[in-house]
Amino acid sequence: MSNFYTDTPQFKHYLQHPLMKRIVELKERNYADKESYDYAPIDFEDTLDSYDKVLEVVGEICGEIVESNSEEVDHTGPTLDQNRVSYAPKTSENLDALNKAGLMGMTLGRKYGGLNFSMVPYMISADIVSRADASFQNIWMLQECAATIYEFGSEEQKNKYLPRIVEGETMSMDLTEPDAGSDLQAVMLKATYNQAEDQWYLNGVKRFITNGDADIHLVLARSEEGTKDARGLSMFIYDKKSGGVNVRRIENKMGIKGAPTCELVYKNAKAELVGTRRMGLIKYVMSLMNGARLGIMAQSVGLSEAATREAYEYAMERRQFNKEIINFPAVYEILANMRAKTDASRTLLYETCRFVDMYKTLEDISSERKLTQEEKAEMKYYSKMADAFTPLGKGMSSEYANQNASDAIQVHGGSGFMKDYKCERLFRDARITNIYEGTTQLQVVAAIRHVTTGTYLQRIKEYEAMPVSPELESLKRKLSKMTQMYEKLTEIVAAPRDEEYLDFHSRRLVETAGHIIMGHLLVRDANKNPDMFRRSAEVYIIYGQAEVIKNYNFVTKSNVEDLGYFKPELND
Amino acid sequence: MAFNIIVLAKQVPDTRNVGKDAMKADGTVNRAALPAIFNPEDLNALEQALRIKDQYPGSKITILTMGPGRAAEILREGLFRGSDDGVLLTDRAFAGADTLATSYALSMAIRKIGDFDIIISGRQAIDGDTAQVGPQVAEKLGIPQVTYAENVEEIDETKVRVKRRLDNGVEVVECKLPVLLTINSSANACRPRNAKFLQKYKHAKTVTERQSENIDYIDLYSARPYLNLTEWSVADVEADTTLCGLSGSPTKVKKVENVVFQTKESKQISADDSEIEELMKELIANHTIG
Repeated sequence: MSNFYTDTPQFKHYLQHPLMKRIVELKERNYADKESYDYAPIDFEDTLDSYDKVLEVVGEICGEIVESNSEEVDHTGPTLDQNRVSYAPKTSENLDALNKAGLMGMTLGRKYGGLNFSMVPYMISADIVSRADASFQNIWMLQECAATIYEFGSEEQKNKYLPRIVEGETMSMDLTEPDAGSDLQAVMLKATYNQAEDQWYLNGVKRFITNGDADIHLVLARSEEGTKDARGLSMFIYDKKSGGVNVRRIENKMGIKGAPTCELVYKNAKAELVGTRRMGLIKYVMSLMNGARLGIMAQSVGLSEAATREAYEYAMERRQFNKEIINFPAVYEILANMRAKTDASRTLLYETCRFVDMYKTLEDISSERKLTQEEKAEMKYYSKMADAFTPLGKGMSSEYANQNASDAIQVHGGSGFMKDYKCERLFRDARITNIYEGTTQLQVVAAIRHVTTGTYLQRIKEYEAMPVSPELESLKRKLSKMTQMYEKLTEIVAAPRDEEYLDFHSRRLVETAGHIIMGHLLVRDANKNPDMFRRSAEVYIIYGQAEVIKNYNFVTKSNVEDLGYFKPELND
Repeated sequence: MAFNIIVLAKQVPDTRNVGKDAMKADGTVNRAALPAIFNPEDLNALEQALRIKDQYPGSKITILTMGPGRAAEILREGLFRGSDDGVLLTDRAFAGADTLATSYALSMAIRKIGDFDIIISGRQAIDGDTAQVGPQVAEKLGIPQVTYAENVEEIDETKVRVKRRLDNGVEVVECKLPVLLTINSSANACRPRNAKFLQKYKHAKTVTERQSENIDYIDLYSARPYLNLTEWSVADVEADTTLCGLSGSPTKVKKVENVVFQTKESKQISADDSEIEELMKELIANHTIG
């Protein structure tokens, strides 16, 4: 009998963040829905109470059903028969439970049947689901595609598709192709418009499509014949009911084996255009990806949580040399770092969620009424912060998930290498998190401009200005010193005005910003809840400080010319 | 087609994970030490009712429970999963009831509810393990009963076809309506609480709860009548007090013994194949396994 929500008190802490009041008021439009929907909240406290109660259901389903099914799901996986995918039976059981609990379309408005939840409780759910079964989180999390239909679809499309998603129909985002992975500008799947029928048709192949046999697909396709770049791509909805897409194969993957990764063949598949032509990649995929990256961040945090718990549990029971191995410094250092990295990536996740909540909700309100000057400024600020924090968080939390999963095996010793323990699955499942929805290297590309333009520094200075209790002052001083190094580093790397030199060091710069930001966030958390966060704040800042010094030394003790030694020597 | 369904449910101490303080020195259950939960087989019963309602929308599910004020939680748990209404039968005069007095009280409440096609209850409660209340309620109401039910295979306006799970196999029986079914734990597990129902009914309270607790949203109860949970006393169901509670209970506990399990004999074997083989043979021979 375990509940993955109530056994992790950190979640409640994040629900009680001071900014939540503002987020909820905006999201609930001052609680206007209470007149027309019997499940709408009455005021702020009532909303938080609803979040709490619904998350308890999520925690119960995940703790009792999804987690217990996870091993079998990993072993069975989905199957392909006559071009159609069937989930592993236990995956279907998971979906059924979450559907019956009404947990699809969590963030959608009530007029579509949704729960109108903010991103924070939604991502807490994603975090919990992932801890139970990361492969199932993929399938469940793809409901996030609904946000793209909501933002850019027509009224008709919204009314047609959103209630179906709430009812439990699954989604997929069909972006990548054999020759278009990280480089989506190369997408070739062809969209042709038949004027007489007033109908779009799709033809071509998509590859590596998670949940590729979903009920409703968002598809990136080339609508402008003769074009070769992003400006020729548009976004479409393909409804499985209309037919025309077959699954050619399911990939045999290393991890997240419960989620079908499909190769799709489009043959005269009827599709609906979303929004305006040519905006597919430039605007809609970017928005879709930001949502998906947040989802992967939550997946990473959930995996880190699972790995940390597995390792602690094992280390407390396993005896060697007449004591439990958790008593050895070499082991407890690993464990403390795992817990600190998990807490650090989680606090960054919810900070990012708050930013996304703020700007997305204001953006949504702006379609109903004119925003005030203050609101406009607020929206601009949070939009910039979300843009900066999403790639940073996705990159760092997925790297930590990998490190934690690997460390969990290390703590298990030889047993961890056997298939008998859960940690080997966590390790395989975590491995994709720093690859899909943009590799860490691509997250760095997206994040680096916020180093050079000073977005991260701006936020760091804001954290610095927030008061803390006296016992946390020393941590803040450490963070200030790290920030000085970060500023110096930024200066050094930017000085030669050499694009390649900047690219070469950008990971170090972005990570440095990440360590400082996560350090500050943990200090904020510890300031409010010392029992829950003090240890992680202390451990993380010791760890982060060493990493920052390492990065600093790497940059300052090498020079521009050294780049040559790293460059490949290619024969003509 | 739609059916009126009454689900009998009980709030019980969770005896599945008992600690050392689960029993008091006098041998009675230490209710304070154990969390109060929805009796597991009653959840199976609720799921069966919900499945009939899924199949025949418009069907109405009423949960009936008897217990102290806090048993109102059972009614809310039902509403969170899709039941339509709930009645809490609560009165000091009901206290100390054995299965006979309990089934009398429940049958009186069912008469007051009136119109019903099916009554569904769990086979037995995990605190008493008697499996008597369901059958006795059916007797008192003069309706047929199907015990050890696992699934309602078919239902129409006049009859129901039920699969029963028995010791040596399954049996499918047909029975006229109205009927009382008791459901086994082998039946479908109950669905989780639903996020919308949870938000809709989380403020649902009985009158007593509203009077005794500090309620934040007092105006809600007149605006949203479904938040008022029904509470009935002995007088409300016109029950004869001499047949209720302790005075209506012929069962008397004579003596309670604490049983400590002790191993009678033990045997050590080494890990080599022949000895394990010997042990396997022995266990199969004495029917411990196989």
